[in-house]
Amino acid sequence: MKFIQKFFENTKPFVQKGAKYHWLHSTHDGLFTLFFVQKNTSKSGSHIHDFIDLKRTMGLVVLALIPALLMGMYNTGYQHFAAVGELASASFWQIFFYGFLRVMPFIMVSYIVGLGIEFVFAQLRGHEIQEGFLVSGILIPLIMPINTPLWMVAISTAFAVVFVKEVFGGTGMNIWNPALVARAFLFFAYPSQMSGDSVWVSLGGKQAVDGFSGATPMAQAAAGHANIDIWNSFIGLIPGSIGETSTLAILIGAAILIITGIGSWKIMLSTFAGGAAMGLLLNAFAGSNVYMALPFWEHFIIGGFAFGAVFMATDPVSGSQTEKGKWIYGFLIGVLAIMIRVVNPAYPEGMMLAILLMNTFAPLIDHYIVEGSIKKRLKQAKVNA
Amino acid sequence: MSEGLFSKKNIGLLGNPIGSNNPITVQVLGICSALAVTAQLKPAFVMALSVTVVVAFGNVIISLLRNTIPNRIRIIVQLVVIAALVIIVDQFLKAFVYDVSKQLSVFVGLIITNCILMGRLEAFALANKPWPSFLDGIGNGAGYGLILIIIAFFRELFGSGTLWGYRIIPESWYIANGGFYSNNGMMILPPMALITVGVIIWVQRSRNSKLQEK
Repeated sequence: MKFIQKFFENTKPFVQKGAKYHWLHSTHDGLFTLFFVQKNTSKSGSHIHDFIDLKRTMGLVVLALIPALLMGMYNTGYQHFAAVGELASASFWQIFFYGFLRVMPFIMVSYIVGLGIEFVFAQLRGHEIQEGFLVSGILIPLIMPINTPLWMVAISTAFAVVFVKEVFGGTGMNIWNPALVARAFLFFAYPSQMSGDSVWVSLGGKQAVDGFSGATPMAQAAAGHANIDIWNSFIGLIPGSIGETSTLAILIGAAILIITGIGSWKIMLSTFAGGAAMGLLLNAFAGSNVYMALPFWEHFIIGGFAFGAVFMATDPVSGSQTEKGKWIYGFLIGVLAIMIRVVNPAYPEGMMLAILLMNTFAPLIDHYIVEGSIKKRLKQAKVNA
Repeated sequence: MSEGLFSKKNIGLLGNPIGSNNPITVQVLGICSALAVTAQLKPAFVMALSVTVVVAFGNVIISLLRNTIPNRIRIIVQLVVIAALVIIVDQFLKAFVYDVSKQLSVFVGLIITNCILMGRLEAFALANKPWPSFLDGIGNGAGYGLILIIIAFFRELFGSGTLWGYRIIPESWYIANGGFYSNNGMMILPPMALITVGVIIWVQRSRNSKLQEK
């Protein structure tokens, strides 16, 4: 590692103000801080910095996503071999390696396009490279169906980075979660590639066995067949977007986020509470409707509910900031997600739209929470005076 | 005669609305129709032409009447003039390009409520002579039309793979025919038109520093 540090320190004079390669300074700085924690401290005012900067925070989130990613790769291979009827003869590594080869291009495309745009904008505007994309870049592949063409991944990533982050001023200024907007863009722009029964399982050019459907448990439930395989849904051996099938892997990620204090446990808990409340409410009015009668905990293990609650809703930028607000924000996400999922037949999954909608309302929730506490304090001040 | 027909000032009346004083990208007027009729080039072009005709002749008529219109009822007079012109345009379209008129449906009638028209009549024609008013109308119509056509170009190309109804992106590229390509369904929906307008505004402001708000 020493030589990397040497390289950056030796090249630093060339990108100083006035030097020949000053125009490259944001690229230099971005890469330098990616490899090494900086020694810079605040120069004025009273600030307390701990060692953890945005890059380290993002690194921990990426770490929390690794179980879901690995499980997604394995599941991609598993679904493939199951669909073509060769599951019995395939070894664990064969299965994993197939999924690895199918998923890696998604990750590469998303990072190359996203970081490329971030670097260009940082250079144009002459500021530091903002590292928010480190997380979005891995979230985007995880919420895509495996059969999405790569150029669509590239377009949606570009759209999300330019129109959700850069136009609002970059990392930390976005109203919505960029990764979810990338998915929403694909969902509305190319609906045939994002829904239906043929996009979730990679056949790799082979013929599927007789009786293969490729439908997700959610699609089956919506069609009135609610025989969900609970164990497989929990560990993630069901068709679905790459990273969201395994509730187990997501729970490991959630544990990492909560222990390190990066993800808000309040948002996660209240999202699940909201989902449970809406699930129970729908159960009460279900009648003969199979989907409405689905127990709420089965909703949590199918589709993107758990993934959205743990990794998307807790985004500190687009979510609610106030402590009370987090409860309201999370609860409403849960309620809306289950409601859209079950009641609206046009949208097979409600989590994406529910989070985007509540992202929009998060500043409003925060505003009223802050106003409310100001009013309360004023009242107290008057009573005391 | 104090100044020529095409003096510098008059040319400015014609040219400014196309660029630095564009009704859509700078004044942000007439956005609704810019979102509604721009899914394809042909209706966008017809719409641009219709608005140009209405605003140009509306300007001339109001300018001719400007000294006789009582101030208190001037809005109603303007509305009557615009409505009459719009009906003429509408009948003309129905007679000669029926299919496009069908496509535009209510939006021709809704030219009456287009803010650009009232804006120009109220802000310009009421205070200026007929010839400059005419040029101002043509200029604003052209500025409006230019943006409409730019938006429609991108929306039709990426949303339907055609331009002016002719196929640009070959059929064999499509996934249904064994290719890799698929039309962008977002482009057909109004939100993408709004984003396209946003991009045009973005490009224009980054090139013209006078338009940037500090």
